[in-house]
Amino acid sequence: MPVHVDIAKVARLARIALTDEQLAEYGVQLDQILDFAQRVQALPTDGVPPTAHPMPMTNAFRPDEVEPSLDRGEVLAQAPDAVDGYFRVPRILDEA
Amino acid sequence: MADAADLTIAAAGAAIRRGELSAVDLLEAVVRRASMTEAHLHAYLTLDQAGARAAAEQADRELAAGDDRGPLHGIPIALKDNLCTRGTETTAGSKILAGYVPPYDAAVVTSLRDAGAVLTGKTNLDEFAMGSSTENSAFGPTRNPWDTDRVPGGSSGGSAAAVAVGSALGALGSDTGGSVRQPAALCGLVGVKPTYGLVSRYGLIAFASSLDQIGPLARTVEDAALLLQAIAGWDRHDATSIRGDVPAIGAGVATGVSGLRIGVLTELSGEGIDGEVLAAFGEAVGRLSAAGAEVAEVSVPAVAYAIPTYYLIAPAECSANLARFDGVRYGLRVDGATTEEMMANTRGEGFGAEVIRRILLGTYALSAGYYDAFYGQAQRVRTLMRRDFAAAYEQVDVLVSPTSPTTAFRIGEKTADPLTMYLSDVCTLPANLMGGPALSLPIGCDAAGLPIGFQVMAPALGEEVMFQVAAELERLSGFATRPALASSEVTLP
Repeated sequence: MPVHVDIAKVARLARIALTDEQLAEYGVQLDQILDFAQRVQALPTDGVPPTAHPMPMTNAFRPDEVEPSLDRGEVLAQAPDAVDGYFRVPRILDEA
Repeated sequence: MADAADLTIAAAGAAIRRGELSAVDLLEAVVRRASMTEAHLHAYLTLDQAGARAAAEQADRELAAGDDRGPLHGIPIALKDNLCTRGTETTAGSKILAGYVPPYDAAVVTSLRDAGAVLTGKTNLDEFAMGSSTENSAFGPTRNPWDTDRVPGGSSGGSAAAVAVGSALGALGSDTGGSVRQPAALCGLVGVKPTYGLVSRYGLIAFASSLDQIGPLARTVEDAALLLQAIAGWDRHDATSIRGDVPAIGAGVATGVSGLRIGVLTELSGEGIDGEVLAAFGEAVGRLSAAGAEVAEVSVPAVAYAIPTYYLIAPAECSANLARFDGVRYGLRVDGATTEEMMANTRGEGFGAEVIRRILLGTYALSAGYYDAFYGQAQRVRTLMRRDFAAAYEQVDVLVSPTSPTTAFRIGEKTADPLTMYLSDVCTLPANLMGGPALSLPIGCDAAGLPIGFQVMAPALGEEVMFQVAAELERLSGFATRPALASSEVTLP
């Protein structure tokens, strides 16, 4: 079955603002790529566990010790907008 | 002596210790080479001449005082620009990170500094390491030193071009689906994707976290082993890095291949591979066989699903990792009436087309209603592939194939159709999905004079046998050709 992606919805989920032309172009490309990718569905995988990680590993613990972190001034110097030791963003409380 | 920029790491190190060459002289040769070739290649995004000069002077002082930090001491090494360098701009080839100066060093950068390496600068890459040609850089493509109308491969194309032409003696790249090995193949170099977890990913700007590994690009197998040895090992900052001893990476390089079982991977050594590549590959396999290896064809049927599996898993992980670029903590911000609008505008403006495509693909594959059929199914197929590879490694010590189905393609040749570009990764993707190490080395050139790469894959932590096979094949192949741009333009003083 050919794939048809609701590209505007996907772009919204991904928080990427795109023009209508861009949406149309990415929509066609995604349909093509996913048509190809859905080949994986041809393989029977009943009862096959998923692999999320290539190496068999469980939790990696370390002692919970206080230690120096990155310099706050150096970190905030990279922010597009910072004030009083915080990152600043447009107001969010009035959002619908 | 030949121009020092053309020396291997091992030879330069030996010359330094004999007192015939200083780290400063070596750096000057490399910088001179860069100044002659950068206009043609664009291998570097940032050439850190002042920092490199200071490191070279320090190396000379230390070596004169008898403080020898080992084989990389005083050696000029380049870094792919997705490796964080404290105080030096790190862009990942993206507009969204233009001007970003990391407040910390990646673990591999710390390791190289500790080893006394002279870090020359930051090399060009496909944006966020997504691509196979370095054409996806927001700062313009890198060209192949063997033929500047062609791509150097990708995504570590800048690192490959720099090492091939001599504007670094070695370099680090990152390999998520072949991004070290394929450019190594297309530029006539040795490139390694280590076992997943052998090298810390701390400070590598993440693309797909279950696939990413940092690895070396060098002109010889020995040099690649020296670089890998310097960056391998457990790191407390990367929870997926492997605890315990580092395998003896270069221990077997003089052993030969007699009695080793070498499997020719059926699915990657026939259909879809260029005829000249296949002929050179077959010849190389013949040499290994003549040298005493037991060569057999080995079929790994699930490899047929590597591309669709990879192009679901990698974009899914990428869509999660790249959520952090939201205009809040670093990089570009494009204003909007609300925070969410600001984020969407920033991401729409800051990411290039391939990165957007992969984020959208991954978002779709992870979204409600499609998760199980796409991402979940890809993860289960990944398990089937692991089983097939485990069965193959019951029969053989290493698996071999060509590294890339073709030699270097022309700039612009594959940019119109993303899927065509994805198909060029067919030989390299399986090792990332499996986690085991893989190496590419040059075995000859095609009729157009472009290098051909040979891939050796091994089971997890099988670096020693992988390097053993590669070193023997390097000896048997005698590949010593240098790209035109390195030899024709450079005359000795």
